[in-house]
Amino acid sequence: GPLAERRLLAVRLGELPAWLATRQLSAQGLLGGARKAWSSYYNKYINVKRGGPAGISMLLAGYCLLSYAWSYQRLKCHRWRKYH
Amino acid sequence: MNLSFFDQFMSPCLLGIPLIPLSMLFPALLLPAPNNRWITNRLSTLQLWLFHMITKQLMIPLNKNGHKWALLLTSLMVLLLMINLLGLLPYTFTPTTQLSMNMALAFPLWLATLLTGLRNQPSISLGHLLPEGTPTPLIPALILIETTSLLIRPLALGVRLTANLTAGHLLIQLISTATTTLLPIMPAISILTAMILFLLTILEVAVAMIQAYVFVLLLSLYLQENI
Repeated sequence: GPLAERRLLAVRLGELPAWLATRQLSAQGLLGGARKAWSSYYNKYINVKRGGPAGISMLLAGYCLLSYAWSYQRLKCHRWRKYH
Repeated sequence: MNLSFFDQFMSPCLLGIPLIPLSMLFPALLLPAPNNRWITNRLSTLQLWLFHMITKQLMIPLNKNGHKWALLLTSLMVLLLMINLLGLLPYTFTPTTQLSMNMALAFPLWLATLLTGLRNQPSISLGHLLPEGTPTPLIPALILIETTSLLIRPLALGVRLTANLTAGHLLIQLISTATTTLLPIMPAISILTAMILFLLTILEVAVAMIQAYVFVLLLSLYLQENI
């Protein structure tokens, strides 16, 4: 379909800047996008009839990765310590 | 830039944004809002069961006026539980290791219980400062002691939570450092230390849950006296 109506996962990498230009980058637009992303994740992996630990585990793993990225600047210095 | 064992308690900053707000808001994602279906997904069912158990436990000893505190106490309990347990994951940040956050939770809530008691039933609240059956010569000393113990309650609440969690995290870091350092030198001792680390992690999970429960239980006890 046309570029403006496609979701993020259906956009090719080369078309990304053009797609970003069509989005509303206001606070309300970003919040709406975040809410839509969360509800699509929730309905696909957690809000299912016979869910298991997988949905939440992926979320927790993503949280661990995010925390690692957030503290990378500090953790980088620990690699060259003499006494660990 | 000091690379000490206390580095884990400093909130890491990325592009000037600290991680604390994200760590405090993340539990909200793990607690789905109830929808209008009769049978919800397993996570919502588990959550509902947990909330019912917590609310029942906290509200049974309280009278009808105390039931107005149900929402506050249950949500506080769930917040502390989630924050403590999430802090045990690798590389995550635990906001409850910061004394500022725990005092910010403990002091206003304790003050609210105290002021509720002093406003609605002042004589009874002041009467709590002297236990029944005290011998007469001891009365002045005991009133001073009871006042001190009353005024130290918020400090105790905050510091108890901070100290328990901080000590646990430090112990985990120390013992895991020992395990990784000993691995090339003395593998047998390293395996022993790894077993100690495993047991310690189980203890930390228990401590995380117990400390959250104790915080809220003590608050509900202070409420019971005053409402």
